[in-house]
Amino acid sequence: MSLRLFECTAHQIKAKILSKEIRASDFIKIVFDRIKSLEPNIQAFITINEDEAIKKAIEIDKKIESNENVGLLAGLPVAVKDNICTKNLYTTCASKILETFIPPYDAFVVKRLREEDAIIVGKTNLDEFAMGSSTENSGLKITRNPWNLECVPGGSSGGSAAAVAADLSILALGSETGGSVRQPAALCGVVGIKPTYGRVSRYGLVAFGSSLDQVGTVSKDVRDAALLLRVIAGYDLHDSTSANVPVPDYLDRIDSGVDGLRIGIPKEYFTDAFNADVYKALKDALKIYERLGAQVVDISLPHTEYAVAVYYIVANAEASSNLARYDGVRYGYRTSKPNGIIDMYCRTRSEGFGNEVKRRIMLGNYVLSSGYYDAYYLKASKVRNLIKIDFDVAFEKVDCIICPTSPVPAFKIGERANNPLEMYLSDIYTIPANLAGIPGISIPCGFSKEGLPIGMQILGKHFEEKKLLQIAYAFERETDFHVKKPVLKISSM
Amino acid sequence: MTYEVVIGLETHAELATITKLFCGCSTKFGVEPNTQVCPVCLAMPGVLPVMNKKAFEYALKAAIALNCKIDEFTNFDRKSYYYPDLPKNYQISQNYHNMGIDGYMDISVNGTISRIRIHNVHLEEEAGKLIHPEEVGADYSLVDFNRAGVPLLEIVSYPDMRRVDEVESYMQTLRKILLYTEVSDCKMQEGSLRFEASISLRKKGVDRLGNRVEIKNLNSMKSVLKAIEYETMRQRDVLDRGETVDRETRLWDEVNEKSARMRSKEESQDYRYFPEPDLLPVLIDEKWLRAIKDTIPELPLIRRQRFIETFALSDYDASLLIDEKILADFFEECVKILNRPKSFCNWITNDLLREVKDRKLDIYHLKIKPKQLAALVEIIEKGTISSTIAKEVFSEMIQTGKDPKTVVEEKKLVQISDEGLIEEIIIKIISSNPDAIEDYKKGKKNALTFLVGQVMKETKGKANPKIVNEMLMKKVGV
Amino acid sequence: MKIDKDQVENIAKLSRIRLTELEREMFVHQLNNILFYIEKLNKLDTENVAPMAYTSDVSNVFREDKLKPSIPLQDVLINAPATKSGFFKVPKVIE
Ligand SMILES: [Zn+2]
Repeated sequence: MSLRLFECTAHQIKAKILSKEIRASDFIKIVFDRIKSLEPNIQAFITINEDEAIKKAIEIDKKIESNENVGLLAGLPVAVKDNICTKNLYTTCASKILETFIPPYDAFVVKRLREEDAIIVGKTNLDEFAMGSSTENSGLKITRNPWNLECVPGGSSGGSAAAVAADLSILALGSETGGSVRQPAALCGVVGIKPTYGRVSRYGLVAFGSSLDQVGTVSKDVRDAALLLRVIAGYDLHDSTSANVPVPDYLDRIDSGVDGLRIGIPKEYFTDAFNADVYKALKDALKIYERLGAQVVDISLPHTEYAVAVYYIVANAEASSNLARYDGVRYGYRTSKPNGIIDMYCRTRSEGFGNEVKRRIMLGNYVLSSGYYDAYYLKASKVRNLIKIDFDVAFEKVDCIICPTSPVPAFKIGERANNPLEMYLSDIYTIPANLAGIPGISIPCGFSKEGLPIGMQILGKHFEEKKLLQIAYAFERETDFHVKKPVLKISSM
Repeated sequence: MTYEVVIGLETHAELATITKLFCGCSTKFGVEPNTQVCPVCLAMPGVLPVMNKKAFEYALKAAIALNCKIDEFTNFDRKSYYYPDLPKNYQISQNYHNMGIDGYMDISVNGTISRIRIHNVHLEEEAGKLIHPEEVGADYSLVDFNRAGVPLLEIVSYPDMRRVDEVESYMQTLRKILLYTEVSDCKMQEGSLRFEASISLRKKGVDRLGNRVEIKNLNSMKSVLKAIEYETMRQRDVLDRGETVDRETRLWDEVNEKSARMRSKEESQDYRYFPEPDLLPVLIDEKWLRAIKDTIPELPLIRRQRFIETFALSDYDASLLIDEKILADFFEECVKILNRPKSFCNWITNDLLREVKDRKLDIYHLKIKPKQLAALVEIIEKGTISSTIAKEVFSEMIQTGKDPKTVVEEKKLVQISDEGLIEEIIIKIISSNPDAIEDYKKGKKNALTFLVGQVMKETKGKANPKIVNEMLMKKVGV
Repeated sequence: MKIDKDQVENIAKLSRIRLTELEREMFVHQLNNILFYIEKLNKLDTENVAPMAYTSDVSNVFREDKLKPSIPLQDVLINAPATKSGFFKVPKVIE
């Protein structure tokens, strides 16, 4: 059976558009038809950007017709997580407090998408302010996993992962603070990259945990991820933490293979704590790598068990101050008829934020408050250093580290909603990379008995995204997990 | 009961950069509300700060000028508190690693030098401006963010001051240092230099400090001194009644010259400082430090001392000269051209300052140049013009920027030293003032002064007074 | 360390969040669970470990003191809940 157009990868569509086999404007209409037919079931988007998208597609068609140079993403639909600022287009962070916010500026990554002629199809749902692992904490809607509508898509970039998995977009941007791209990518059976801290500018990404946040990519395969990362990576004068390191062509020699590479398997990650299906999928994947000439080496990351605790102190301390600006003065929601300024602050924030956000703001303020700073924040910063050192030591022995992305496949909506701690623990395999600032990629590596996707992540040294993509591609080429599609019934609107 | 007053000062000075601390918005004063703002200084979601290098270097320069210890490592922290003029509801400041610590500044009170220790100097961002409408029953305030994000230097002294004259000298000296180093324009009326005082009283001879009261909203140096006097009285009354002073923050009421409680220590804020993750640390190496040091000019107190010693000026004259760096520079330029320090000092501290005041001139953009003042002094010494005429010439020079010779020529002000010409005039004056001659012969000495005056008047002040005097005495037969 | 209702109320105040009685109880319970979990950090001796406050090891990042255009007043105020004559308008602030 031949692929329907919306099922194509970015590379396939790009080739068709550039060879004038299909016009960008015709393709974008197919994408919006697809969105209209499935969005009622999936609920991946907060805002759909149809008019502007069609205009942009027509512009690109004109360029192609007149043989002008076009950008790397010419005519390709990209969905953007709704915590990334888009000029003149709502950016809500899935929060009531920003429901009406229209940024007067583009995020660096959005500017890059536009420069490369991408088409922004819409803004995707997320856990409010990216705080969560299931997208259930969205203040605006619940997104469903295309593989099973009863299940969560993961989070917080659940909207982006679900959109790509359901072919509502070819590419998407997400963001990570503790695994928010890799985990939903794993749960939705797509590819997700969390780049090295500083590889991609954070300018215009609404801050959650500033020392952890990175914009990441969501795509249908590894080569598409390489293409999108090349576009969004790079130095930006507006972000002091952005790295002035040249961006390679990630597609160049992506098929280098893994012969002779050393893959580290952290013993702390392979415990009985995780699901049998996940365990088996990972073991099978490692066999493939061995067959391809890689050497699998046991390593230890001894401070792994502290990662979640460190993360919830550091991320939430930063979040508590990052979210202080939502006060009803300059933008966003303001309570009605406040009785004085303090009342305005308190009611605006109590009415505007959901419970998870409140919980994290309070936790963050607590660990920073007078008398507790040393015991919590300072202690966590020290243990964070130990976690980073664990990786430094490991990477002296191995080229990359492979482990599951998530301990379990997608879980049922509502299943973990009342136990925040249990929800936090579902990020246990992704958080350490954010704490250390290293890059990671999650790729599909199997399915559970229930037919839900399983993801495997590959972690590497700082700025070694290119190597990670080569390792990921070597596996992808040998398998067909990434081409499997969820069966989706089209609902009548 | 006698008490000792213990006073410390916190000083805020806006730095003289063109743009704000973290964005490219202008720092210009007095423009329309919210017209010098951007997503960064409005704290829109997703924006990030990038440090202005000049602001950092200004702060570093001030820290060095105040003799602070400069650590090789410095960074920035977030200081959290809610206020509508603070866009992020945290201020980027420094807490754990200040720009400089443990410095000092020497001050002079009536010729006595004393050393006030500086606790720390740090760089932070300015807040916006809140406006409280005056209309009756207005239930709102208005916010203008034009000032938000302007670089601000905070200088915290140790509580080393005991008297208001020390406080006054501290403020004046600090202001001069900031002006000398050119890190701030120190315009108090525009709020670019502000002070907060902390005051406590303790019994004479007791070591332990009393409870400290902080006073805010001090809009001028005068109000700082008034507020300290008021607070001293208030605390003395409290202590004399046998009560204890509450640790609190009070607001100074300029109009009624009183202070009132703003918040007590129990309500004091928990700022939740932690390292600002959006700004990376700054490492200061020896080379950079030396380069900044090299840009620091001789500071006022040292310069004053040098003026006294090198140029034999009085303490008073030297203090007047160093008061404005530009004047002291002017003075030194003059002396370099012609070694007449006393004379230049008089011209500058008397005539120049008077003209500046009367004509409301900007001393930073004077038309007269040191070379020209030196030329003026030179032609006075040569006798080309009298010192009386010189004042007229000077006044013209400061208004037009013309050379003294040009002014003298244009106005035909050359001194008359021709004895023949003077004699003619003297004869004329004597013949028309016989009464004065009589008076003089009777012993009225001031009759001679009168006659000299008449000769000067006749020559429109151009006659050489020395010659006139000598010849007159000869004529009337002394 | 365990926190009680009063402490939660204090943190809420510090956070400018108002809680209902029910919410306060829920947060006491949930925050204590999380704090109990975080306690595990105390098992580690970190006496001689430097804190890691920055994820990047770069330093001295600056911009030049160069003017850039500000944004038009209309864009400044477009998202504001209340404005007056070019200002942001807020409930009366009493010092
Ligand atoms: Zn600005």
